[in-house]
Amino acid sequence: MSSPRRVLILGATSGIAQAVARAYAASLARLALVARSREHLATVAADLAVRGAEVVLQRSADLCELERHRALVGEAEAALGGLDVVLIAHGVLPDQRAAQEDPRRAVASWDVNFVSAATLMEAAAERMAAAGHGTLGVLSSVAGDRGRADNYVYGSAKAALTAYASGLGHRLRASGVTVVTIKPGPVDTPMIAGRALNPRLVADVDVVGGRIHRALERGERVVYVPGKWRWIMAVLRALPVRLFERLKL
Amino acid sequence: MEQPGQATGPESWGRYPRGDQPAVGLAWADDPLPNGGPVLAYGMGRSYGDSCLNADGPLLLTRSLRRFIAFDADTGVLRAEAGTSLGEVTELVLARGWLPPVLPGTQFVTLGGAVANDIHGKNHHRAGSFGRHLRALGLRRSDGSVHTLRPGEALFDATVAGLGLTGLITWVELQLERVPGGWVKTEAIRFRSLEEADAVDELSRDTHAYTVAWIDGLARGRRLGRGVYFRGNLVEGPGRPPRRPVPRNVPGEAPGFLLSPLALRAFNALYDHLPRWRSRTSVWKFFHPLDALGGWNRLYGRRGFFQHQSVVPDIEGVRALLAVSSTTGQGSFLSVLKRFGSLSSPGMLSFPRPGWTLALDVPNRGEGTLACLEQMDAVVRTYGGAVYPAKDARMSAETFRLGFPRLDEFSAHVDPGFRSRFWARVMG
Repeated sequence: MSSPRRVLILGATSGIAQAVARAYAASLARLALVARSREHLATVAADLAVRGAEVVLQRSADLCELERHRALVGEAEAALGGLDVVLIAHGVLPDQRAAQEDPRRAVASWDVNFVSAATLMEAAAERMAAAGHGTLGVLSSVAGDRGRADNYVYGSAKAALTAYASGLGHRLRASGVTVVTIKPGPVDTPMIAGRALNPRLVADVDVVGGRIHRALERGERVVYVPGKWRWIMAVLRALPVRLFERLKL
Repeated sequence: MEQPGQATGPESWGRYPRGDQPAVGLAWADDPLPNGGPVLAYGMGRSYGDSCLNADGPLLLTRSLRRFIAFDADTGVLRAEAGTSLGEVTELVLARGWLPPVLPGTQFVTLGGAVANDIHGKNHHRAGSFGRHLRALGLRRSDGSVHTLRPGEALFDATVAGLGLTGLITWVELQLERVPGGWVKTEAIRFRSLEEADAVDELSRDTHAYTVAWIDGLARGRRLGRGVYFRGNLVEGPGRPPRRPVPRNVPGEAPGFLLSPLALRAFNALYDHLPRWRSRTSVWKFFHPLDALGGWNRLYGRRGFFQHQSVVPDIEGVRALLAVSSTTGQGSFLSVLKRFGSLSSPGMLSFPRPGWTLALDVPNRGEGTLACLEQMDAVVRTYGGAVYPAKDARMSAETFRLGFPRLDEFSAHVDPGFRSRFWARVMG
């Protein structure tokens, strides 16, 4: 059997990150995990260890402390003995109305969803490019493909993140580092629980986790999960503004 | 993306009763509980009636509480969060030679649900119910207290089969069963009467770990009680354990005519004449036949269906129940018969007890269906049996009380911050 994959997951306690980590655990990967809550991280790490992962590092950190990014990535690289995959998965879903009325809330969500994710990508890219090897995955969202009335505070940060990942991937094209932009639709996680969504559009978190795992392992550049969202969003993006604005989405 | 004009939120498996059901997702076992009326944990929604629905407050969705906490592959002791499904447990432990000690007809039930309903399986005559195999439980009460419950404690006995009413079950520690492999050597034996079924069961109880019978729910007169008896034992298989299958989903709701008595009759006759011989079956297929078709409950259409599962001390009670169901034209796709053993459960409201349990699925056709089911309840009361709350959406308070003599003892342990629609209905 080949040596275990060395995987760093930032925002490891998010619902989607846990599902991706479960898929890696099933293939006996070596994991370094970073999240805000120490207790929740320990809960997740224990689960992954039972499932077969070797968890070599658990760090609790507020990823909005941008100056810590380099040290975190460096520490994980040392603990893992190298970086094969880095997944940036932290994020928040702000209440749209509250955020459009209170600029501080909007900015706070952008700090998490865009600023910290972008600078973290840069920190990870630096280490991976130096090693000339690795896959850098970032969780964006279909919400970033076109701003919609009921979540454009969130969507705008994801749009920026998608653009950033695109540019970073472009810059790193000859470095041996692959950037994977992941755009999930609504997923059955606590982040969206209680929201009135059509259940047919909400994907099972384990299906999504398995799909992201595969995309990271194959180094796909832009991946919609589930795949149908590629076509749904292609249509939505192509709609003329006047028509788009008439839709209740 | 909202769907106006439809009931929203989680449903029960029988899709009756329906209504707007608010729900709150729990991401972590220590998340604050919501305000706004009494709460109730909801796992995978496989309870058929209203015991998994809330009357006045929100449901707590527990499916994200699905992390393993510890597993010792030498002793077979597993601890996991209560939203973990039995299928997920099986998938983890089977390759290392273990299996959950009790497996129901579907793998899509959570550990918390398995505890709260004290579920049983085809090996009840050997292993008893799920509650017998628990080593400890984590329970959160609405007063903020957090408990580790162990067998022998009153609150443990109330929580096992406690319908989720004693608080939020946060984790479950369970003793798994050592197994030789992931395969079952299966036999199917046709029988023409309940006497024959009784005789085959008599011969099989000591030799087979798993026994269950399928009954032709529509046969009348001389043919009443005909069916197929399945029995099996775990065996070693070829190489690696069988993989967990992915169920294929029913595409949509069924048109009503599919469920007409004529169609049911044809379906039953066909089933009865299918060859059912297979010497070796994977544990997934053997234990979880209901999972062959995902979302099959929607075949019963918009109005939903009832399952009537009862236990009566002797086979004459089964005959009387079948006589009611077969003559009222309230047909049953699937009637399952199983003889429980005498191993008792710690659960105060535990359903399994010595005798025969019969489960029938009945499409909801309104008043006539309800009348037929009440007639069946009357038979159960006459024979001194009980109706299974996990399947129920309509039994009377009296039927419930007669079937569960430890009800008053149990009621003292109910958490005032927890309530179900079932509980509100039968206890007022």
